[in-house]
Order: sequence, then C-alpha cells, then structure tokens
Amino acid sequence: MGQVVYTKDHEWLSRKDDVVTIGVTEFAQQQLGDVVFVELPEVGSTLLIGDEAAVIESVKAAGEISVPLGGVVLSVNESLIDEPELLNSAPETEGWIFKLTPTIAVDLSDFMDAGQYQQYTQDGE
Amino acid sequence: MSENHDIKTTQLYDQHLQAGAKMVPFAGYLMPVQYPTGIMQEHLHTREQVGLFDVSHMGQFIVQGAGAALALEELMPVDLEALAINQQTYATFTDASGGISDDLIVTRWAEDTFFLIVNAACKAQDFQRLQVHLADSADISLSELDLHSLVALQGPHAKDIMAELSSDAASLVFMHGCSASIDGIDCYITRSGYTGEDGFEISVANQHADRLADILLAYDACQWIGLGARDSLRLEAGLCLYGHDMDLNTTPVEAGLSWSISKSRRNNGAKQGGFLGDDTILLQLSEGVSRKRVGFLVDGKAPVREGSEIIDDQGSVIGMITSGGFGPTLQAPLAMGYVPIEYSKEGTALTALVRNKPRSIIVAKMPLVPQRYHRG
Repeated sequence: MGQVVYTKDHEWLSRKDDVVTIGVTEFAQQQLGDVVFVELPEVGSTLLIGDEAAVIESVKAAGEISVPLGGVVLSVNESLIDEPELLNSAPETEGWIFKLTPTIAVDLSDFMDAGQYQQYTQDGE
Repeated sequence: MSENHDIKTTQLYDQHLQAGAKMVPFAGYLMPVQYPTGIMQEHLHTREQVGLFDVSHMGQFIVQGAGAALALEELMPVDLEALAINQQTYATFTDASGGISDDLIVTRWAEDTFFLIVNAACKAQDFQRLQVHLADSADISLSELDLHSLVALQGPHAKDIMAELSSDAASLVFMHGCSASIDGIDCYITRSGYTGEDGFEISVANQHADRLADILLAYDACQWIGLGARDSLRLEAGLCLYGHDMDLNTTPVEAGLSWSISKSRRNNGAKQGGFLGDDTILLQLSEGVSRKRVGFLVDGKAPVREGSEIIDDQGSVIGMITSGGFGPTLQAPLAMGYVPIEYSKEGTALTALVRNKPRSIIVAKMPLVPQRYHRG
C-alpha cells in the first residue's frame, strides 16, 4: 500500500498511483459491531464529495459511508457480499470497501496521518 | 448524555460498567445495549447457554384490594378472575377506541393482589391511568415497587442454574411464579421472558440485586446480555415491541394478539366486553380486520428495518415495516410489519423499499425461530 491517511468519519484512504482505496478503520468497526451486510457503490458511478458511497449494516443499525473525495468508482470489494464480517476482522486490509479514481488531483495531506488520527480517536469525536 | 441530568440508572449500573457495557439512553434510563463480546455473540449465547438481562427499567406495580380483578378487567381484555394464584397472563391496556396503550404481564399474587410488569417508556402514564381508574375504589390500592430490580435469566440452561438455587422456582411451568429464596435473598420468580427461550424473571429488592447478579454470573454458562440482543431475540421469537409493532393506532386484533383476549371477554363469553374499546375490538373479532401484523423473511442479506415502506407489484405503498434487523440464529434478515389483510397470507411475495432500493420480502409464519418455553 502507498500513503495511508484518515478522515474524521473514521475512513482510511490509501493511494497508489491514480487509485485511492477506501475503507473504515479498526476504531470504526469496533463502534459498528457485528457487520452483517455491506451495500457497495456501483462500479463506474461518479461520486461527489460527501455522497453516500456505501452502507454498512450491523445487527443493530445501519451506518453510511460518505465519500471523502470525488471520483469514479473503479472497483468494489466483492468479497464483502458473501463475507461482510471481513469488515470486522480485517477492516484496514482485506475488508477494504471500494477503489476510486479521483476526478481531480487530490492532496492527501489534507487528511490526518496515522499519528494525528490516533490522537483524534483518543480525544473523542 | 452529559446534558441530561434527569437520566436514571438501575441498581446494577456499576456492574454493567465493570462488565464493559456500552451504555445508551433508553426510556429515560442509561441501559447496556451491548457488552464487549457484541450483539451477535450475546444473542447466540442466550440461545445456546444462559443470558442475564437487567430489565429493572420496567415498571413493577402492585394492585391490591377487594375487587382488584374486576377493576383491572375494565382496562384490559383478559379474565383475571380466572387466573390461579401465582399464574400470570400477557395482556394489553386498551383505550376507548380499541388501540393499545401498553402491553404488560399480570401475575396474581393472591386472591385480591395483582403484580403488573409494564414497559419502561409507558410506566409513568400507566401508573397515572391506573391511579385515576382506581380513584373511586377506596378498597383498592396501587403502588410501585420502585425499590426493586428485575432481571431475566434466559436460555436452555437457565433451568439448570435455577435447579441449584431454588427447587421451587425450577419446578415452575411457563407463565407461573412463586416466592423463593436464593441464598437467603427473597425473590419473586416467574417462568417467563422475552427471548423465546425457556427462562425466568426475578424481582428482587435493590439492596440484594448486586449479590443476586453475582450468584447468577458465577455460573460459567451465564453472562450479561444487552438490549441489542434482547431486541434480536424477541424479533426472532415473533414478540411485539410496544411503540414499534403496536401502539394507540393498532388494536390487539390487528396486532395479531387476539390469542391474548380471554374467551370470557369475547362475543358470547360469560363476561363479554366491559373493557375500554370493547365495541371496536369485539366487532373486529367477529368481522375481521382490514390489516394485520405479519412476519417477513427477506431475500438476500440486506436488513429491512423499521420505517421501510412495503409496496405491491404496482409500486403502491400498502404497508410499513415496524421492526426488522438481522437474526443471528436465523442467520438472515427478518422483519415484521403491517399489511392489508389480502396480502397477509403466508408466502405472499412483496417488496420493501430500503434506501429506495427494492428488496424482496415474503410473508412468513411467526415465530421465525421456534419458541422453547417450558410448558410442563
């Protein structure tokens, strides 16, 4: 993986060349609880910043993933269709959610790095 | 939560914190929604072993005095005179139009003494309503056991634990109770619950609640279970949740609770009617209803939750999901809701809208997970 950054909504973004992979953090999966279903975005769809890209359903409730940067959905993690629990067991690796080709060049330094994110979760939201 | 100084806690609050519970506001109380193992594990543990639930937020009332049975019967369509001492019944409080203002369990403690357990969110209103209703009956008193806790011990091994603690309680059958002593602690124990499993509910004075919980939790098979799993367990068992699956806008007949209306209170019964909303309810019993509560199986893995609209094949909205989620024992999503009677037949294929996406649902016989009560 390339550079990894974090959002205030507990998503992680990892960039390699022109592609950004997006998922939720270990902190987020702990808050969500047992994931039973993930609604994935459509491959090829264009998302604007803040659009609802995915929905994560736990036993208790549904949580929305809004996209932290605009782009075109390049691929989705189809393993999550049959194994939504990957989001609990490996949220920052095998449990990635989708890959995006950003519409415009993005500066990932606008987001938090690992140290800043750790501080952020410790301070509470 | 920090802004809300009025929020209450139960006697067992510290135990929940020590157990690592995630506490959430529920009906004016800070209650454990789940413990560190999570809802899925808690749910399955209750179905396989034993779960301990703190349900002390619920209201515990005593109605006592000559004529108590008949006075209470004016508020609920059940035959309390026919209850044996220490027998209990499920009932609904109805209103003048036949709607349900709460559901409750009534236990006959003595000839003229009834023990009522009502929903936490309704208890203030229920108490006031009872107070007004009983105001003219000088012989009947109403009190709240507000210094008592209530815990539920639920699951297939609950009886094994109870067998070691109280042989009287262990020999109870479903919907019966007894006074019992557990290691010197006076309790009132019933064989009942809200999970679909065999189990017990134990009412105990607050000063003994912590020690009682410690005694129960000392068994390896027993662990705390939160409100999250309580909800998925009752949903699988086909049990209604007040304020969701029924309310003032639904009658017991529409809610599929006709079984709870005693024969003697029905048409041509010995004590026909005589309860609030009896005209509407008796008419519905004889003529039928135009809509009713049904259960649904869901195609695919996406949960269909409360508030989802149900549409027919023309796309017209015909009903609403009132409870829904993922069933850990069923290993699939499930739901319940209201549909017009012509769509209520088992096997009817319908569509629910989840975030504007159509999801196929099928009317299914409840409970979706069989109840395993000990009926003796």
